[in-house]
Amino acid sequence: MPSFDSEKAFRKEQVKKFWREGEYNVWFSTTSIGVIVLMALTVLYVVVSNGAAALWPRDLALITTHEGQRYLGELIQTEHFGPEKKKLRYQLKIGNRDLYGLDFKWIPDSEIEKIEYPTDAYTLEREEYGNFYGFLVQTQSPALDPSQKGLATLDKASHEAQEKLHVLTKEIKDLAYQMEDLRLKIQAIEYKNAEDPAALPLKAQIETLKEHFEGLVNTQAELAQAALEHLAIFKDATDRQKSIPRGLIHRYFQPNQLGLGGKLAVYGKRLFELFFDEPRESNTEGGLFPAILGTVMLVFMMSFVSFPLGVVAAVYLREYARKGFLVQAIRVAVNNLAGIPSIVWGIFGLAFFVYFVGGGIDALFFPERAPNPVFGTGGMLWASSTLGLLTVPVVIVATEEALGSVPGEIRHGSLALGATQFQTLMRVILPMAGPRIMTGFILAMSRAAGEVAPLMITGVVKLAPTLPVDGRFPFIHLERKFMHLGFHIYDVGFQSPNVEAAKPMVFVTTLLLLGVVVLMTSASIILRSRLKKRYAGRTF
Amino acid sequence: MNDTLTYDSVMTVRGLNLFYGEAQALFNIDMDIPKHQVTALIGPSGCGKSTFLRCLNRMNDLLGNVSLNGTIELEGGVNIYDKHQDPIQLRRQVGMIFQKSNPFPKSIYENVIYGLRIAGENHKAKLDEVVELSLKRAALWDEVKDRLDQTALGLSGGQMQRLCIARAVAVGPEILLMDEPCSALDPKSTAKIEDLIMELRGNYTIVIVTHNMQQASRVSDYTGFFYEGKLIEFDETQTIFTKPTNQQTEDYITGRFG
Repeated sequence: MPSFDSEKAFRKEQVKKFWREGEYNVWFSTTSIGVIVLMALTVLYVVVSNGAAALWPRDLALITTHEGQRYLGELIQTEHFGPEKKKLRYQLKIGNRDLYGLDFKWIPDSEIEKIEYPTDAYTLEREEYGNFYGFLVQTQSPALDPSQKGLATLDKASHEAQEKLHVLTKEIKDLAYQMEDLRLKIQAIEYKNAEDPAALPLKAQIETLKEHFEGLVNTQAELAQAALEHLAIFKDATDRQKSIPRGLIHRYFQPNQLGLGGKLAVYGKRLFELFFDEPRESNTEGGLFPAILGTVMLVFMMSFVSFPLGVVAAVYLREYARKGFLVQAIRVAVNNLAGIPSIVWGIFGLAFFVYFVGGGIDALFFPERAPNPVFGTGGMLWASSTLGLLTVPVVIVATEEALGSVPGEIRHGSLALGATQFQTLMRVILPMAGPRIMTGFILAMSRAAGEVAPLMITGVVKLAPTLPVDGRFPFIHLERKFMHLGFHIYDVGFQSPNVEAAKPMVFVTTLLLLGVVVLMTSASIILRSRLKKRYAGRTF
Repeated sequence: MNDTLTYDSVMTVRGLNLFYGEAQALFNIDMDIPKHQVTALIGPSGCGKSTFLRCLNRMNDLLGNVSLNGTIELEGGVNIYDKHQDPIQLRRQVGMIFQKSNPFPKSIYENVIYGLRIAGENHKAKLDEVVELSLKRAALWDEVKDRLDQTALGLSGGQMQRLCIARAVAVGPEILLMDEPCSALDPKSTAKIEDLIMELRGNYTIVIVTHNMQQASRVSDYTGFFYEGKLIEFDETQTIFTKPTNQQTEDYITGRFG
């Protein structure tokens, strides 16, 4: 240690050291990392806190103003407003869209006389018009005598009717499907020969089905009408009455009476519904099952396209192709492909896959369906193929790096034992490069899962009537359109007529999309670390 | 060439010239490689001895940009550079040990039988037999017989190199080429490998490239001295190290240059 004459000299030396040893670089990089982590955490915090809270059943507040007006609803947030932000106001979700037109109301603190939490207030989740907040007046049902007032008794009476209706609806759907199937068969036969007698028995069959179908539809209408007679009559905070058929109430509860356990139960049910139910109310409520299924399936299908193609291309480039200008040019081109905006890929997918390939398939195999497309329109197959192409550069680059990282002496060792180049590749090089190739897969998967723009023109829809996987032969329907979490966010968040009401759904969907991506990538990371362990060693 | 040498040769090299692109690396090499003997190739770095070694099992083919002329004939007069000659087949006859041990990231067992597996041998009893025999030949059996199913990457450097020898032996070659097999090993492991080379001599023809003059004199029967791409002198090791005929050889082995 050199000694210093004074404190000042010591300080000066310290400052010099700071610059000389490059300490400022360390500070700079630490700050960068800090900023990145902070931003990531902020996004995560916003999404997780909002997403997780969106399903929580909130208490119902009854607000009375000085002027005697009464509002019942969920307290969403408070906000300071006005000059110097001195005034406070509450945002109340008052629901009852059919009565008020608007779901939300801002009430300034200065106007509020009192806030109560009435225990007998109900939250109703409805099939139509969003939530209803109010108080039960009475129930009405042909199956019950007027003395039986509670909602629980109405449930029983209504349940039976609903169940019948449900079974019937399913039957009608099956019938319609069968009829469509027959119609297509007839179309195919008559396309070849309009007079073909082979179509006649099918036509007879369709007629019988049609008769049966119409009968069922009539019964369904009657049943639906009857189901509407199980009424619950509610009133809102201003005593306006509203009778609501029990069948249109999706769920009801009295949040101010629920303890933590009860609220958790509602939360759990909503969560389950989110994962396994269909969406309602133009996607702003209900479940996300079709979108989850679509997203996961899309990524898997994408993998089938992208991974083999990318690995094979990289193997050729690295192992077989003669090094030279052409290979180098291809390599540069591949790297540049990764930078093409995804919407351009979408347009390419639309032109090439949908119109050219799909149109070609239609012309060859389904000429009788024209002008209705089968494969010549966006669908799961084309969307996943487009994403596959979009992610192929990532896989190629990663695989090339991985193959290059296998030491040359290992290759030579194998070849010197009389192995062919192909044997060396399959038995030594690919297994050793495996973990790094997996890294490429993971990157490709997360990129694909988050991509929305190319899907919008190659097959994603706001609401798909059918799933790409179902119980009908051939079980996987790759030509079908599908739903997607990413598109769902865009659609619900920015295309919905009632953006404020859709906000919770946007957060929930975002959280779910994040969850799906994290789940899929962590699965591959676990797989990769297993591979790594198997080939771990001191030589590399 | 020293015409007074008389021995059975297993490989006959005649007029071998090798070029890396435009640059010539080997000049008109003639050599008869003695059967069931150890031949050491010595010379300063860049003299072409490793390049020459790699010609013997056509490993140079893999480098691209390499061209050569001349002949290398096996016993029976087959030129290994003949158009119809399959390098895969050749490499089964002429095994190679590298400077840096290069076991595959597989179990010890799988490493040894790699050459057989790729040749399509899957008979368990046969494979077991070969593993034991090869590992015994490589003087490694006693050390690893209880952990054949463990990864070869857990072995020490010397053990790995002997595993590579076992792996090469398992294919059943006639000739083993060794490219500075001990240069990355400590003296104790080196001694073991050298003992092993002497033991293997009875069954295999060994060609070893080495920078270590003592090693060459200890293990080899014949020695070739390379300098600037030419085979300067080839003779019995004893002769080379005691009374070399060429001045350059003498200068090199006495340490005056190199």
